[in-house]
Amino acid sequence: MRLGLILKEAFGGLTKNASMVVSVILVTFISLTFVGVAVLLQSQITSMKDYWYDRAQVQVYFCSAIDQGGNCLQAAASDEEIAAVRTELETAPLAAYIESVEYLSPEEVLAETREVLADNPVVDTLTPELVGAIARVTMVDPANADIVVESVAGNAGVESVEDQRAYLEPIFNILNAASAAAIGVAILMLIAAVLLISTTIRLSAFSRRREIGIMRLVGASNGVIEAPFVLEGVLAAFVGSVLAGGALVAIVQFFVRGEIGATLGGTGLLVGVGDAVSIVPVLLLIGVVLAGLSASVAIKRYLRV
Amino acid sequence: MIRFEHVSKSYPGTSRPALRDVSLEIDKGEFVFLIGASGSGKSSLLRLVLREERPNAGQVWVLGKKLSAMPSRKVPYFRRSLGVVFQDFRLLPNRSVYDNVAFTLQVIGKSRGYIREAVPDALKMVGLQGKAARMPHELSGGEQQRVAIARAVVNKPAILLADEPTGNLDPETAQGIMSVLEQINRGGTTVLMATHAAEVVDRMQRRVIELMSGQVIRDERGGAYITQAMPIVRQPEEGVA
Repeated sequence: MRLGLILKEAFGGLTKNASMVVSVILVTFISLTFVGVAVLLQSQITSMKDYWYDRAQVQVYFCSAIDQGGNCLQAAASDEEIAAVRTELETAPLAAYIESVEYLSPEEVLAETREVLADNPVVDTLTPELVGAIARVTMVDPANADIVVESVAGNAGVESVEDQRAYLEPIFNILNAASAAAIGVAILMLIAAVLLISTTIRLSAFSRRREIGIMRLVGASNGVIEAPFVLEGVLAAFVGSVLAGGALVAIVQFFVRGEIGATLGGTGLLVGVGDAVSIVPVLLLIGVVLAGLSASVAIKRYLRV
Repeated sequence: MIRFEHVSKSYPGTSRPALRDVSLEIDKGEFVFLIGASGSGKSSLLRLVLREERPNAGQVWVLGKKLSAMPSRKVPYFRRSLGVVFQDFRLLPNRSVYDNVAFTLQVIGKSRGYIREAVPDALKMVGLQGKAARMPHELSGGEQQRVAIARAVVNKPAILLADEPTGNLDPETAQGIMSVLEQINRGGTTVLMATHAAEVVDRMQRRVIELMSGQVIRDERGGAYITQAMPIVRQPEEGVA
């Protein structure tokens, strides 16, 4: 009986303040969509880092006959110089950080270059003398790449040492900035949502002050008086959260997998619909808990005054 | 049943206290009129009994409970043993007569079966049988007040507080209301009624407590609105000789 009464009161409040309720739904919808986007961006960044950093190597470029940069003096690195670097990479202390070293002679480097630039007429002019040998170092933990770079860069016959992760940094910086922006917008919108819910609940309580007065007079417990209002806020926020969840799944399905996937020509690394769906319960929880708390605080303060 | 011990009440921002050192005792089953000019403290006294307000000094005991010691969360349960009627009826305009009375029982969690029994009984007691489906605006003032009384007594309270229940009614209708209250009182309910209606007080010849500027200036059994006797100020703490 009491549950029925509480539900009836809550729905009554929802229909009476329809415009406020719609605004609560919209604000929770938008704020939680941004929360979801921020979370998805973070998981996208993590999965890309995992993938690419594992494949990022440290490349040691040896001098060719024409190189002048680094430690080169327009002479190809001698076999001794190359051997010295390989020994350094394959013995302690560096060996502990290194998973494997792949050595490519100038001929092999040239063959690989020809393969990559097959359509470019410039490769026809290349000769083994013009390219230097390369040592490709795969790290146990790519984060330690600096150790190899610093140890080997000063060696004779080494033109340069390059950490491939440097190429990826700008991409991750952009993604991180986007994620931070989404979190910032989400927080602002959540604050707006909380304030809006409080105002809506107070308005709803004001429009039902007669009922509240009579309920207090006849000895309705505070829980029974407050429950319809809390429920009202929670229901509105729940609808907003469901919309946010739906929007998130749609964004991933049509924008990320669809548009971006088509541009990149593959969706292997992109976040999937499954990721989005797994975030939906979190969004529902945030929406419902936040609305419940702010509605309950709002109605308690209204009733105390 | 209701006992005031040296109760004083003043509201913030006013220099004159609403009640000054009021001591009185009302026993079970009594019918008591509370009279006095506007602002003499009648409503404050009723609000103290309901524990809508707390006294600045002194103690209020209702139904054997010391109200100042009652935690806020227990107040709703305490109020279930009180019924209240107001001058302005305070009905819910969008609910039928039946629903207005049932609302009381619903919000304190009574079962559907209990409500189906109790509401028609209460409506019958106030003489509104057959009008259960009407809306408040379809009723006369007297009938609306009867609905309010039915709502106040449907939970069988030990005490009925009435704040000028006939204030908005013509004398004839008021008389009808008074006979309903009298009938409720005969059933054992203590009735404490604040009023300005001299003819009502004179006709009933019940106990009259008169307030002036927050003090009890008369407490007379079988009294009239304007007393013929010398004012008696009862002071229980000195003992009744």
